[in-house]
Amino acid sequence: MQIQPILAALRRHRLATLLITMEIALACAVLCNACFLIANRIALMHVNSGVDETSLATVQLTGYETEQAVDLNARAISGLRNIPGMQSVTVLNSIPFGARRGTAGITLDPAGQHFGGVVEFYVGSQGSLEALGVRLVAGRGPQADDFHAFEGLMPGDASVQITRSLAEHLWPGVDPLGKELWVDKWHYRVVGIIDHLVRPDPAGWPEGSKDWSIFVPALPGKYLAGSYLLRAAPKDVPHVLRDARAVITKVAPDAVFDQEGSQTISDLRASTFRQDRAMAGMLVGVIVALLLVTALGIVGLASFWVQQRRRQIGIRRAIGATRSDILRYFQTENFLIVSFGIAIGMALAFLLNLLLMKSYELPHLPLYYLPVGALVLWALGQLAVLGPALRAAAVPPVVATRSV
Amino acid sequence: MFGYYLDLAVRSLKRNKVLTALMVIAIAVGIGASMTTLTVMHLLSGDPLPGKSGTIFYPQVDADPTTDFSHKDPIDVMDYHSAVDLWSAHRADRQALLVDSQLKVRAPQTNLPPLMEMMLSTTSDFFPMFDVPFQYGGSWQPQDDEKHARVAVISADLNDRLFGGANSVGHTLQLRDTDVRIVGVLKPWRPSPQFYMVAGGRFAHGQTADFYTKPEDVFTPFTSGLEINDGNFWQFTCWHMPDKPGHLQDAPCEWIRLWVELGSAAKVADYRTFLAGYAEQQKALGRITHAENTRLRSLMQWLDYNGVVPSDVRLQTWLAFAFLAICLFNTIGLLLAKFLRRGGEIGVRRALGASRGAVFTQCLVEAGLIGLLGGIGGWLLTLTGLWLVRRQPAVYADMAHLDVSMFLLTFVLAIATSLLAGLLPALRACRLAPGLQLKTL
Repeated sequence: MQIQPILAALRRHRLATLLITMEIALACAVLCNACFLIANRIALMHVNSGVDETSLATVQLTGYETEQAVDLNARAISGLRNIPGMQSVTVLNSIPFGARRGTAGITLDPAGQHFGGVVEFYVGSQGSLEALGVRLVAGRGPQADDFHAFEGLMPGDASVQITRSLAEHLWPGVDPLGKELWVDKWHYRVVGIIDHLVRPDPAGWPEGSKDWSIFVPALPGKYLAGSYLLRAAPKDVPHVLRDARAVITKVAPDAVFDQEGSQTISDLRASTFRQDRAMAGMLVGVIVALLLVTALGIVGLASFWVQQRRRQIGIRRAIGATRSDILRYFQTENFLIVSFGIAIGMALAFLLNLLLMKSYELPHLPLYYLPVGALVLWALGQLAVLGPALRAAAVPPVVATRSV
Repeated sequence: MFGYYLDLAVRSLKRNKVLTALMVIAIAVGIGASMTTLTVMHLLSGDPLPGKSGTIFYPQVDADPTTDFSHKDPIDVMDYHSAVDLWSAHRADRQALLVDSQLKVRAPQTNLPPLMEMMLSTTSDFFPMFDVPFQYGGSWQPQDDEKHARVAVISADLNDRLFGGANSVGHTLQLRDTDVRIVGVLKPWRPSPQFYMVAGGRFAHGQTADFYTKPEDVFTPFTSGLEINDGNFWQFTCWHMPDKPGHLQDAPCEWIRLWVELGSAAKVADYRTFLAGYAEQQKALGRITHAENTRLRSLMQWLDYNGVVPSDVRLQTWLAFAFLAICLFNTIGLLLAKFLRRGGEIGVRRALGASRGAVFTQCLVEAGLIGLLGGIGGWLLTLTGLWLVRRQPAVYADMAHLDVSMFLLTFVLAIATSLLAGLLPALRACRLAPGLQLKTL
């Protein structure tokens, strides 16, 4: 196929060629970045929680007085434990993807001079860390004598387990076991490292700090009540939660059962990322509409060119060009235009990515998005031009002999 | 002449229906996408108190004496002492202290199960200052604030749920263990955002959709609310741990908002001086360290500082406009094809004496007509788009409706886009040399 005559023809339609090139360039830039945004959302939605989500549910009670808390705990726990299929019921202040009650800033010295970051404190009763199903990678888990009663928001002194990413952030390259940290005057010693334990609200935190969590063992009491972690076999979880509602209305009629907060962890996870899923869906919609409009533009312009060149096509056919020659002419022309567009589009995509990185917490656009975007647009161009090109190929040679 | 051009335009559009449809669809889709996101943007970034926001201010002092974080800006809300001191000074036209908390609500006359609701404890100026509309009754009086009166104002929504929408003024509501008398019922009131509670936007990483939640369902006098729900107040932040969680009056915590109304520039300047003076005086007393760190932002400045529009919404708007740009390029290309194909016709008109301007106008009329058709399509697509937004899980979703100004803007934008798209092709068309065109006929 000779490219020279095609380029010569395009040179005569500079403006139209430029417009369609720009359209494809813009489409390429938006396409690559939108796909990248979708991939980011999907990655966010798949954040590793570190817990056995399918085996867990939570019951949240509110509307009771602090003085009633101890009594409420006793009634609720014994009631919930009697539900058939229940494996364990423990008290845990914060719930992955659910209630958030232990967000605090930590320091690495008692004077509070060396700020360590804002972390989530999971204050839990005996068995709650095991119930979560997190994986201990170093040190030890909580032992019976680690659990103490406390007054105030959290125990004032405890041996704690922290996540690996938090340990690496606080003491990079150093063995974190035995290290100490403070919240104001409260003091904690690291005795174990867990693989992952996501914050209750991972979406609101920058990458890398989504599972900065600390597990603090404590005995249930006045300030550790009303928030229960239920564990059951995955197939039992839905009915255990359903039964839990009935049990609570029986054993604790004075408390308010928080419908929205009391869900399976899988459902809590789904609702945490609802907005991200909606956004990803919208981006997919934009991409589809974008490709559609671009294709329409190519169809429109190609049809116009075919009609405009009917006579030339007839002449070419009359002097020996085959149908596939004509077909290939328009296909090659489209390929060239789309290629120009992609070349500009890649630069634009990169610029757009830089802009997005400025205002949103986005990493660099991985380079492999560019060739994939290019392939999609080439395919789209060929598909769009096929109709008009076939019509061109169908022009009979006799057209050449007629005057318009 | 315009009528004639319009007639020509209609004829020309009818001649090639496929091309016309392509252009109309391109404009409609572009307009639909950008107007949907613009409407959401308009809804979220608008002025929640039009005509009044310029007189509403948010004073701040920095009571945190610690030095372990940068005091570039004071913490978003105030400690009890500073807030109550500033309020008690009554240096503004109106002033309101605000704190919200969750509590158990029951209506003794009904046998509905207890509800957990958000309660806003504030002072009586809150209602006139923020133009809060009443359906029945009205606000409590300033003396109720002083007397710690057991009174409450409830939202239209709660009134519907508890009393079936009837006038419930005078009825009793049980808040936790305290009986309060209902003195007022609000009309449906949905400011966007819930501006008076906005704080902490700079820590939200763009996840600010929660600023658009519905107002609280129960309003009580500030002093009464603190007593009724004692032990259940949550700090924004603390510089030392409070001794008794939920009871923060003497705690080293920031948890109270203060809003003031200042009617003139002179009053604003006076209040600024007063605020600085207060901070200096407290520094002299040894209570605060960073006395220079005071702020007095107007309502809109405060919303701006907090970046209230969620980053997702801004992203969607950018995306929609990139999309509109693509549609624009598309339309330019198609119009160019359309106009130049009529070279012969234009040549005849020019040869018969039509000026370049006339040809140019005629082309633009045709482009404008396409814009109008695209605008109608875009309007329908915008309605569809907003319907989709309303089905989204976002807290502001229920507010996504097309108002008159956005309806008009749809058509203005559609016609402007198509005229812009028509400019270049029209310019090309009117420059065609008539002689050359006639020869090819």
